[in-house]
Amino acid sequence: MDFTVLTDHASEIGSGFLVTLWTWGGGVLAGVIAGLVIAVIQLSAGPWVRGVLRCYIEVIRATPFLVQLFLLYYGGPSLGLSLSPMTAGLVGLGIYGSVYFAEIFRTGFTSIPRGQQEAAAMLGMTAWQIIWRVQIPQMLVLILPALVNFTTILGKETPVLSIITVPELTFVLTGVGAETFAYVETLLALCVGYFLLAELCSRLGQWLERRASRYLTQGVQQRRALKPRESAA
Amino acid sequence: MLEARGMSKRFGEHTVLQDINLSIQRSEVVCLIGPSGSGKSTLLRSLAFLENYDDGEVFVEGELLGYDRASDGRRVRSRPSRLSDVRRNMGMVFQQFNLWPHLSVLENVMEALLRVRGMKKDAARRLALATLEKVGLAEKADAWPNRLSGGQQQRVAIARSLAMSPAIMLFDEPTSALDPELVGEVLQVMRQLAEEGMTMVVVTHEMGFAARVADRVLFLDQGHIVEQGPPMTLFKNPQSPRLAQFLGNYLERNSLFEAAPALNRVDD
Repeated sequence: MDFTVLTDHASEIGSGFLVTLWTWGGGVLAGVIAGLVIAVIQLSAGPWVRGVLRCYIEVIRATPFLVQLFLLYYGGPSLGLSLSPMTAGLVGLGIYGSVYFAEIFRTGFTSIPRGQQEAAAMLGMTAWQIIWRVQIPQMLVLILPALVNFTTILGKETPVLSIITVPELTFVLTGVGAETFAYVETLLALCVGYFLLAELCSRLGQWLERRASRYLTQGVQQRRALKPRESAA
Repeated sequence: MLEARGMSKRFGEHTVLQDINLSIQRSEVVCLIGPSGSGKSTLLRSLAFLENYDDGEVFVEGELLGYDRASDGRRVRSRPSRLSDVRRNMGMVFQQFNLWPHLSVLENVMEALLRVRGMKKDAARRLALATLEKVGLAEKADAWPNRLSGGQQQRVAIARSLAMSPAIMLFDEPTSALDPELVGEVLQVMRQLAEEGMTMVVVTHEMGFAARVADRVLFLDQGHIVEQGPPMTLFKNPQSPRLAQFLGNYLERNSLFEAAPALNRVDD
């Protein structure tokens, strides 16, 4: 084993790591936003729109990410859609992620008792305020494990982007391996790289979970102690 | 200030409310009583347009609730902003409290003041604390709702609604989800509101409360208002056999306790 190949190519590997982080983060962000939009529309739309969204979800879920990516990158130009590898990768991850995130959010929305929305509506809150202030903060506690889980899975789909030449970690390290014949060292380094990313994600998830579930674990709100009587009468 | 004219409501084939005519005056306290499934909760929810009634009309201070007249004379569902606007002077208290568990007691009361009324944080906080004081829970301001008893939660729910200074408050079985010993504190707050002149419509099984606080009691059965009038007239001298039977069931149950007066719940 000769791990000096890694130090020799440190700057390439570093930039590959950053590209992975970027495509992952971007893909998750796009997926979460699109998923949330889909879930919210599903809540309120008529049967026609719901049917279309249902089809979209079923089709994306039933086809492999690699095939979707090829279709987008190689098939796109014949539909007048020419994307750079990076953009195609981000869009692809976003589309692929959106359907899973949408399903997670949909479960979350249905888990909040309807009466809470009615109470908010009777106080004059708008549909958007109800979603943002009443439903999402609560369902976050319930769906965070599922969100973190799928975010990790999506991170492990990013190596697929190497096939359309996005210079991310797998692309760089397999390249270095092929060049220097240090296959084992580079593959081990890959494992460590993805492990670090997944670990980061799970730590972030734990922190969010603690924060979001304060109302279940604490007796009183501890964000700020009640100031000594600002006159309550 | 709240009026229903010929209102009907169907769930599929089943008619739950039939030709309801009802007019509630300022400062009037009206209790809706009746057996389970008689439509009393549906009636109350229709008055708030939480259920969309099918025929007839509901007016809140002269404004049609839930529908607008289209140019061709047909009526169409109001846009959400219009609905909120007509409901602006209406508060509602639910059987299940429906507090938001992720917000502290104080934040529950402040939320609509901040986001609907657009109040500044300090002002909202002062008003929320003052309203909590009124229901006797200012010292619980920083607690999470889940840590309170049912009776306390319902009082917070009343404060949340009250802080928006509604002109009329609707109560949907506000004590039905409570342990018997917690019922009194909620009824006490409601009685206080009634004495201060709040217009109230209350769906309840608490006959004692209806007898002492209501100006008028409505007895519903199978989607009809069978009988209405001042509580004492209605309770002492029911005209319809259905109401007599309904009251009979209550009296029979309560007579079990007559031998032991300490067991008899005091509503005030």
